[in-house]
Amino acid sequence: MTFCYLALAPALVLFAYVRVVPIVESVILSFYRWDMIRPLKPFIGLRNYEQLLSDENFLLALKNTVVYSVATVVISTLLALPLAVFLARKGRLAAIYQTIYFLPVITPLVPMAIAWKWIYDYNYGLLNYALSFLGIGAVPWLTDPDIALWAVIIMSIWKVLGYNLILFLVGIRNIPEHYMEAASLDGASPWQRFWHVTLPLLKPILLYVLVTATINAFNVFTQVYVMTLGSQAAPGQALRVLVFDIWQNGFQYLKMGYGSAEAVMLTFLVLGVTVIQFRLVRHQEA
Amino acid sequence: MRRNGKPLGARILIGLAHAILLLGAIFMVLPMLWMLATSFKPAPETALWPPVLLPQAPTLANYTSVFETAPFARFFANSMGMSLISTASVAVTSLLAGTVFAKYRFPGQTLLFGLIIATAIVPFESYMIPLYLQLNAIGWINTYQGIVLPTLFMSFGIFLMRQHVASAIPTDYLEAARIDGASEWWILVRVIAPLSVSAFSTIGILAFIQAWTAFIWPLLVANNQSLFNMEVGLTVFQFKFSTDYSKLMAGSVISTLPMLIVFMILRRRIIESVALTGIKG
Repeated sequence: MTFCYLALAPALVLFAYVRVVPIVESVILSFYRWDMIRPLKPFIGLRNYEQLLSDENFLLALKNTVVYSVATVVISTLLALPLAVFLARKGRLAAIYQTIYFLPVITPLVPMAIAWKWIYDYNYGLLNYALSFLGIGAVPWLTDPDIALWAVIIMSIWKVLGYNLILFLVGIRNIPEHYMEAASLDGASPWQRFWHVTLPLLKPILLYVLVTATINAFNVFTQVYVMTLGSQAAPGQALRVLVFDIWQNGFQYLKMGYGSAEAVMLTFLVLGVTVIQFRLVRHQEA
Repeated sequence: MRRNGKPLGARILIGLAHAILLLGAIFMVLPMLWMLATSFKPAPETALWPPVLLPQAPTLANYTSVFETAPFARFFANSMGMSLISTASVAVTSLLAGTVFAKYRFPGQTLLFGLIIATAIVPFESYMIPLYLQLNAIGWINTYQGIVLPTLFMSFGIFLMRQHVASAIPTDYLEAARIDGASEWWILVRVIAPLSVSAFSTIGILAFIQAWTAFIWPLLVANNQSLFNMEVGLTVFQFKFSTDYSKLMAGSVISTLPMLIVFMILRRRIIESVALTGIKG
């Protein structure tokens, strides 16, 4: 028995100190006006939450984060699924494609965000050059917040596509061969086979992809910070997403209680969306 | 022969699939190629219109000047050191906790394991404020230990090790060792650890990637340039040289390269490992 506790101790101490305590503490902090620079930190009940609901920055961040998450998750899933079907048959070419599509997943986010910033450059960027052939004038990709949202979405789809692809590929390759053969013998077209055999069997993987992609999308920060912040990290025209807003309230304005209330909202949002996705996919199975 | 036997419609469909795959692949590698090409261009070439893909007068000057203007060697060493420490710690804590959860029984076990797994869904970003205050109270802000602390254990590592030990190592082995008089620690080190190489490599890869790409926490905790990892160092560097893209791309290549090299060597293993779980983007 002592062995059990001694062996568990390192993981448990870390788990408690780095995760459990701060999670509980963030809920507690959210009920206080806890400003770093003020000596008095009074208990104010739900006032931080009430204030958030009429805070323009928060509402904008919420809207942007939801649009970003829905667009990134839906588009990357819809693109990855047919690509996985194309690549399902094993072979040299499939392996090469698999590696290429996976490259963005493995590359660190900061340097790639900078590379994309260069592609999106207003004056000399590759993208505006390509668009000029289509007769489209220069687009201010990163300086107009509404467009910047889509610039970040495109970059993020590029980053996560390969991850979703690999998961779908694993799922499709695990479907027993005879299911497909039976469907073919019954005269099912490729489209029918996909719709009635592949997709239903892929549901657990689809759920996993949706959940992980959504959780990651709601926490988007790095590419937003790197690509849309001005020089010297001035948050002038930055694209406002939830984690950015939490970061700004907590660490620039030093309003730790207010930032924590916002963080608690983020957690509930992530949990809520996850539960809904579970329900939806389960429901369709029944 | 078989392909010729297919109807025209199917052949068009296959051709279309190949075209889409190829276009997608170009879209995937183009940003990296553009980064690489730009890093070898003298600064004036980045302001050419129309842009030229390949450098006309290739130069290594951007790389040397990156190392002169910012301590990239230091950033690199920091990233490497912190990632290795994190990987080692995750491996050890996962082995210990995973084994206990798999092979031993104690009160509250199921609840505790469930808690470790379930809390992994809570975004780190949502409790970074109190964590910052905790570390501030013990003076760990702006220290190495403060930066690596949150990456020293991993829920998924514990989960994976538990699954592995429970399914791949028969309890008979442990019983046999016990009858021979082996202590529980001896069993852990001499029986379980050597039989867990594949689980270790998966956990190690994930832990290393997670630590190497850590961004928001090092950004908050590291105030001194000497503590920056590659990700934070590069970000600060880009705010200083926000218009000099040839230099920025050289810096970006330097910080991408280690990951790419590791990926090329361990390609299959990494794809399998990552397919097992989500790495945080």
